[in-house]
This record gives sequence, C-alpha cells and structure tokens, in this order.
Amino acid sequence: MIPAAFEYLRPRSLEEAVACLLQREPGTAAILAGGMSLIPAMKLRLARPATLVDIVRLRGLAGIVRSAEHLRIGALTTHAALGGAPELARYPVFAETAGVVADPQIRHRGTLGGSLAYAHPAADWPAVFLALQGEAQLFGPQGRRSVPAEDFFTGIFETTIGAGEILTEIRFPSVRERSGAAYSRMCLQASGMALVGVAAQIMLDAEGRIDHASIGVTGVNAVPFRARSLEMRLRGVLPAAAALRDLCATGIPEAEPLSDPHAAADYRLQMLRIHAERALGRAFERARAAVPGLGYSAPVTRDGEPVVRP
Amino acid sequence: MSAGPPAAPVGARLPRLEDPRLVSGRGCFVDDLQLPGMLHLDILRSPHAHARIHAIDAAAARALPGVAAVYTGTGLAQFLRVLPSAGGMEGFNAPEHHALAIERVRFVGEGVAAVLATDRYVARDARELIRVSYEVLPAVADPEAALAPDAPLLHEALGTNRAFEMRIGSDVREALERAAHVVRGRFVNQRIVPNTMETRGAVAHFEPWDERLTVWLSTQAPHLMRREFARFLAFPEHRLRVIAPDVGGAFGAKNNPYAEELLAAALALKHRAPVKWIEERQEHMLVTSHARAQTVELHAGVREDGTLLALHYRLVADMGAYYHAITHIGPMMTAALMTGAYRIPYAATDIVSVFTNTTPTDPYRGFGRAEAAYFIERTMDLIARELGLDAVELRRRNLIRRDEFPFATPTGHVHESGDFQLCLERALERFDYEGARREQARLRATGRCIGIGLTTHAWRAGFPSVPGGKGYVISGWEKTSVSIDPGGTVRAVIGTSPHGQGIVTTTAQIVAGELRIAPRDVRIIHGDTDAVTQGNGTMGSRSLVVGGSATLLAARQLRDKAVRLAAHLLRVPAERVTLEAGVFSDCGDPARRVTLAAVAAHAFAGPQDLPEGLEPGLEATAFFEAPNFTSCFGTHACVVEVEPQTGEVRILRYVAVDDIGRAINPMIVEGQLHGGLAQGIGQALMEEASYDAAGQPLAASFLDYATPRATDLPRFEVELTETPSTVNPLGARGIGEAGTVAAPPAVVNAVLDALAPLGVRHLDMPLTPHKVWRAIREADA
Repeated sequence: MIPAAFEYLRPRSLEEAVACLLQREPGTAAILAGGMSLIPAMKLRLARPATLVDIVRLRGLAGIVRSAEHLRIGALTTHAALGGAPELARYPVFAETAGVVADPQIRHRGTLGGSLAYAHPAADWPAVFLALQGEAQLFGPQGRRSVPAEDFFTGIFETTIGAGEILTEIRFPSVRERSGAAYSRMCLQASGMALVGVAAQIMLDAEGRIDHASIGVTGVNAVPFRARSLEMRLRGVLPAAAALRDLCATGIPEAEPLSDPHAAADYRLQMLRIHAERALGRAFERARAAVPGLGYSAPVTRDGEPVVRP
Repeated sequence: MSAGPPAAPVGARLPRLEDPRLVSGRGCFVDDLQLPGMLHLDILRSPHAHARIHAIDAAAARALPGVAAVYTGTGLAQFLRVLPSAGGMEGFNAPEHHALAIERVRFVGEGVAAVLATDRYVARDARELIRVSYEVLPAVADPEAALAPDAPLLHEALGTNRAFEMRIGSDVREALERAAHVVRGRFVNQRIVPNTMETRGAVAHFEPWDERLTVWLSTQAPHLMRREFARFLAFPEHRLRVIAPDVGGAFGAKNNPYAEELLAAALALKHRAPVKWIEERQEHMLVTSHARAQTVELHAGVREDGTLLALHYRLVADMGAYYHAITHIGPMMTAALMTGAYRIPYAATDIVSVFTNTTPTDPYRGFGRAEAAYFIERTMDLIARELGLDAVELRRRNLIRRDEFPFATPTGHVHESGDFQLCLERALERFDYEGARREQARLRATGRCIGIGLTTHAWRAGFPSVPGGKGYVISGWEKTSVSIDPGGTVRAVIGTSPHGQGIVTTTAQIVAGELRIAPRDVRIIHGDTDAVTQGNGTMGSRSLVVGGSATLLAARQLRDKAVRLAAHLLRVPAERVTLEAGVFSDCGDPARRVTLAAVAAHAFAGPQDLPEGLEPGLEATAFFEAPNFTSCFGTHACVVEVEPQTGEVRILRYVAVDDIGRAINPMIVEGQLHGGLAQGIGQALMEEASYDAAGQPLAASFLDYATPRATDLPRFEVELTETPSTVNPLGARGIGEAGTVAAPPAVVNAVLDALAPLGVRHLDMPLTPHKVWRAIREADA
C-alpha cells in the first residue's frame, strides 16, 4: 500500500490547474478530486501518475443549481451531498443512486465528477448520467465545451476528456411534468460495484402512455450505454408490469455482457433484464405520481419507498 | 473438582473493560511502534504458482539510496535455518521450507527476495527494481488433480504430492454392507481466507546492553513464537522476549511462525538495528494461512428406522504448497469429530493430504471442527431427504442421549458430558419449528422460495496435551498467577493472549469473584513473555475454558492464603473468616474486620508476624490442564428466502441455542456468537479463495474476495443453556468457534430446503447468487 513517488500540486484556479496539466508530459498528470478511486489504485501501484493536480478545494466546482432549463451539478459535489440535497427533491433518482455508492465514508469524499471521469465500467453514476441525458461541461486549453453523455465514455477507464481538460459540471435538462426516473442495480458481493445497474427515465403523455424513455446501463458492457432499442419499443406503450417485463425480456441488443468469475455473460444479461424492468417500473410509478397539480414526484428512500413528509 | 462454583460477579453482563481504550483510538498495534534507526522490510513475491528461479538481479535495488541490503533465498541459507514447520509426525512427507524460496517457487506470493531500507517507501521502490528470471513450470492447484500420477510434482525430493495418508476410526465395510440404505454424497468445505482486520506485522529489536532480542508480533501465541523464534535463530529462549501488543484479530492464522516475521528478527540481529515488517492486505490474502480446503466423499449406512449404522469419509485435505504450524491437524480433527452429535457405531475417515501450488492452509476459527460439523450436518439433511424423513425427526433418532455420557465415538473422541436434546428442544420452541414449517408451506403456495435449515452440532474446545508430541507442539495446560500488591491492588498474569475475545474482562470477573472485589480493580497482564513467563496462547476456544480455570484455581489459592492471614490478624480460626466486598470479618463478630488491602500490606510489611509456615507476600500460581476436550454443542435454526430470478439469498431469521457450560459474561458470549456467525455466514454465502487451473488466485483482494457486511446479516436470536462441563472447575465449555462451526451447515441446509421444490439437490459453498441462479436454471432444464 505504498504508492510510487509523485509530485503534488494544488492550483488555486481552474486556469492554473489546466496550466499544470499542460506543463507535464501528456498522460503523466492526474486530477485528484475525492481520491476514492485514484488513491487506492495508486497505493496498489495500478495507477502511477507522476503528478497529482489536486482540485478538490477549487471554489465553484461543488454545488447544485436549478434553473428553468437545467439542473447543474458541480463536478466536485459529493455522493453524500447528492443523497441529501433539497434541490434534488424532484429528482429522487439521485438520492437513490447516491445511497448505493460504496459506503458512507466514501460517499462523503467521493464526487460525481470524479466517478464519471474515472469511468469505471461498473460505477453507478454513468447509468444515471446517460438516462437523464446529461452533458459534461469541460474546461480546457481551448476554453469550455459540452459533451453529451452518450459521447462521454470511450472505453474502460477512458472518456472523451482531452489533454489539459477538466470536468467542471454535469448538466441535465430540467425535469418535465409526468416524468420519473429510477435506478435499480445488483451489486457484486465483493466490491459492492454494479454487476448490473440500470437507470431509466420515463415521460408520459396525457393518456399515460410512454412518450419518451431513456435508459442508461452500467456494469454490463465494457462501456456504459443507452438501451436505444428498448427505448424505441417503449414509445407509446402503456407501462403495465407485464408489458414492461415482456419488452425487457425480449432483449436489449446493445448488451454485450462481460463474463468474469463473479458473473457469466448469460447471468449478467438476465440480471440486466430484471433490473431494467425494475428501474422502468419504478420510473413509471414516479412519473404517474408526478401528475400536473402536484408538481413533482414524491421523494423516496434508498429502497425506492416513498418518504412521508409532513 | 474444586469446591463450589465461582461467585459473583461471575455471570454478570459486565461491559468489556478493554473497550473504552480500543474504541477511542488508544490501542497500540505493531504498526504503531516507531523505534529510532528502524529499518523496513519488504518482500518481493512470486507472480507464478510454480517456477524455477534462474537468476535474481538486485543490483539496481541495492544501488537505490536508503537500501541497507537485499537478500535472496540462497543468500539467507548461508546463515539461516529452514523454517520451523509441522510434518513432525512419523511417516509424514515433510518438505523443506525456507524463509525465501531457493531455486523454486511453489505458490503465488512465495517470498523471493527481501529488501531492507530506511523507510517503507524506499523499500517498496527497491523491491520493484529487482529482476527475477523465472522458468514457469506446470502447476496444480486442485488437490484431486495433484493426486493424478502425471501431476506436476511440487517437491521432487518427496517423489509425490501426498503429504500423508491416515485412517482414523473403526472398520466400516461390513456395517455398510448390512445397512438398509447407503446414502452417498460429496461435500466441499471450500478454501477461505481468515482476513483479520489487522494484518500481520513484526518489529524486532536487539538490545546489546542486555543481549536481549525483543519481537513485537501480531500473534495469538507469544510463548510458542518465543520457542520457535529461539529455535530458528539459535538464540537463547530466556533472552528472547515476544510481545503481542493489541492484536486486531487472529482466528487461528496468527499461530504460525511465518517467514517474514522470523526474517525480521534474523535481520535485526544481523544488522544490529530494529526491523519492521507490516503485511499489506494483498499479501495477507496471498501468504497468511488459508483455511478449510477439505472435500469428503461419503457413504452413510442407515438402518430401516432411520438410525445411522456406519459412516465413511474419504477426506482429501489441501495442505497448500508447504505445511504451516499445524496444517496436518485439520483433517485429523475433522476425522475425530466426523460423527458429530450422533450415535454412529461404525465410522472411519481415510485422509489423503495433498500438496498443491497454493497458499499453505492452517487453522481458522473452528479448525477441523467446522469442517466436521459441515460434513455431518449436510449428511443428515441428505439422509433425511433421501429417506423422506423430517430433518428434525432424523436428528432426534440419532442424537446421543443425555444418559449416555461420557460417550466414546469410534473415531477416538470422548464427549465428556452434554445435553444435546436440551438445545434442540429449546431451539425448536424458540424458533417455533412447526409454525415455521406451516408458514413455509403457506408462502410456497404463493410462489415464494422459503427454506428452513438446522444443525444439531457438536464440537470440542480446550484441547489437552498430546503425550509424546514432536515438532510444533501446543500443550494443553495454561498458567495464571494472581497477586496482590502491598497497596492492595490486584493483578492477574495470564498465559493466554487475548485479542478480541474479552478475556481481560472475564478473567477480571473470575478473580474479582473469588476476592469479592470489583472487576475493574483487577489488572490483567498478558502477551509479554518477560512479564508472563509461560503460557500457550489463545486458540481453540481454550482461553476461558483452560486459562480461566487456571485463573480460578490461582485466585482461590490466593484467597485461602489471605484468609489465613486475615484470621491471624483477627485472632480467630480461619473457618470463622468471611470475605465480602474486599473486607474480611469474623462471622461470629462482624464488627471485627480487616480489609484485603490491610491484609496485603501486612503480608509484605509484617513478615515477622506471620502465621506459622506462611511465606511473605500474597501471590499464587496455578497451572491447569484439562483431562479431556470439553464437549460443545447446540442447535441453530434459520429461515432463508431465495429470489429465484436472481439467485440472491436472504436470511430472514437465525436462532442459535448453544450450551456454554457456564457463562462468565453472557454479553461476551453473545458477542462471540455474533462474530462467529458472521464469519460462518460469510463462508456459506460469499467467501472463496479460488484458483484457476494454473494456480493463479482469483480472489486476492477485497475487490474479488467477498466478506459479509453488517447489511448482509440478519438479527441474531441467541439463547444459552448451561450444562456444566465435567472437565474443568469453571464448568465452562468454550464458545468462540460455535458460530463458524454451525452457521455454514445451517444456512446451506436452509437454502437447499428452499430449492428442493425446484429440483436442486446439491450445491457447494459459497452459495453466491450466480451459483444459485444457475443451479435453478439447470434443474429446470
């Protein structure tokens, strides 16, 4: 548990951080946020960056801002903050997901941006990022740019973040009426990471049929993906339990399940179907609860049970 | 035995005296020690399961500033002996085992080179600079495969991968032939990792002014380590001091003198500088003893009436690549206890112990007895199912009755005393067995997959000495000295080495009970071989059973002396002196009184005025050795639910009724059960140190090796019965290992009961969701 030697930098601004990254050999500097993945990897010498650029104390990179069009979450916002933020009352999927990430200690240090940028194939947030159609805001030598979730992950531990770029914010479209989202997963017994994780967002039309669905899947393929075919087939469906089950069971052709000693490919695929069904079912319940007049879906606990508030 | 049961505060739910310090961060573990000029040891380990070492190039490592030395196996062999290890029994194949591999490595993780440097960072960097050229050899990780005639040989000098073969028990062939039914099965008790919260570690320091070598060691047996270190180093034992500071768990795995620890001591002597070695978690999973790794093929002969006539096991025991301290004892213990709590007139185990290209195995909480309980309790359920009998009814017909003790089994074990039916009936009542079966039927009708499992386990604790033992001997006696200081404070010096068992508290309760004082006024000294001259350590659920008995005897001797002294001071006959709340008084005239403190002061300060024949001072020492193991037994019952779609198993209810003989502190007993149950459930559902065919470990970190978390466990309903043991003055039986003994079969029996309607007949641990799901699918196909 002894990391290789490294240089440690703590820039005072984003611009300075970018400069630090650019001054080093490409690929030798790593950004340190919560450190909940990077530091253990360094201790095992699986990661050995020559330079650590610590951005965790940079101002303005943590926090949640809601506007008419957007929900904006700073990259340094911790899992714990996402689990308990009043700004996210209309987005129960955040508390639901934050509640299953690792353990409370890690949730208080680890960050949303760190998790996305690390791009672990079994991390939970990528599924939500995809299903809620988020956009990653990057700051780099060429200024700012925005990357849609679907273009963000490029491989195992690989993203579209370029040399000298820093993920600063994750932006989501504001929640619409008659919409709901949920995350359902099964975790690996040892690591607690997702054997399969499915986030689903459903928007209903006035008749209660699915107007639009978006589904993000993690833990199954090497790279998190949108279950586009299923989304298409869900359009116009009255989401009864049996209908959802049938649709999930008939396939998610995008799935190319990993096979390892913990879960063979056929098992992963079956668990994917089950958790897709569960996530969709719960998203639907929330969408239905978010009828006009009530305004927003009721908050839920980690188990997806409604929280009764006075 | 000795007169009367121990007195209050024995039996009290006293909060543990050791806890305030430990839970507020005031503990002191090996890694907390910092000595001036300390060098740090780091070990380069083999990435191959089996390979020949052609060359080791350490030039770059030696050149790194801060590196004091780099050693290889051949270099060490010039001044070090082979490691102390088992295999000391006649007829056993005993391979040589060196602190670092010489010429060949035989498992992933075996030490190849050692770096000594001024700090841990330099040592770790230097390790990376060592270049080893290996010729990879064919490896064998599966013990059955290792028995094949063309299997790769681990130890060519032995000419075989067989470590030893042995038959324990009676003739069974004729009885099996005449049995009405013969039930066959094969059960695997899989290889697991002890995973103590504190990994191993050592700090060794030679002090020339006293010619004394001190070794701080994360161990459970400092005196055994002192003996083995002295042998290995050829260093006088009376100048060697082993200190077990706070130890964060051992579970049997810190009872072996390991290569790195001996090396730290050897290099501290050689370099005349303190040497520290701290095990990393991944090292722990690769090189600290693994456990269990036993497989039986069984034949059980059953009479028409469902009583067992005969039982035979062929037991294949995986030793790993070498022996550790008592590796060979495991299968022998399993064989001795193969009949469990049952009356089986004919029983025998044929043991085949095998070397494989894997980490050596050694004790883990329940050593040998957990395997035995798993095999027999699974066998009982298998028989019940094949004969169409209720699992409880089958057990009722076969349990040894309370009027049959002492009961000698055909495999050489004597159940000294017991009441197996008491635990069974108490558990069934608490569990509401009939009601649970009705509820199961009701829920099954609604499509839920519910199972009920139970065990009526019997095991043993507090081992006696084995006459004529050779090699790595662990004696059965224990020693306690109790003394009162001139100022009246009390201390007990104990030979066991507690590290989580609560023995500090229970020992204080026993002493306080005899001296009629408060437990917190008794200081317990342990773990430092200069302060505690002799002992055997903490293992095999012996610390209270054997060590506590020595404590009781010593405290009684001390009280008797104090009573004589008090009688002398009160000028009354000793029979008239009573002791309450630290005060002696004349029972004829309670106003006449003298405090324990005053008696102590007199014992030291008034030697001219002592009763005839009484020595000055107040101190008593007792050695205690039990004539036999204690019999430990209980009944556990649980309800599980399997989610057939995913294979996930949830324990809905867990009831444990165990006989404790005599509970010194019921709260600590319950805590012991909780911890053991967690580990037992871990083995049943999650844990496995598996290897691929080439000997590469598949679960060598917590990313891949699953251990239970609090959220994986049910609320435990624990109930104790107290049927006094006949082999020690406390009447205690030992409880430390009950959870790991009982939980695996209880949970597995329940899961297989749940899966029975789906056609699943057998599964080997761990019952992971993936495995359960696949079994359901395959049964369905």
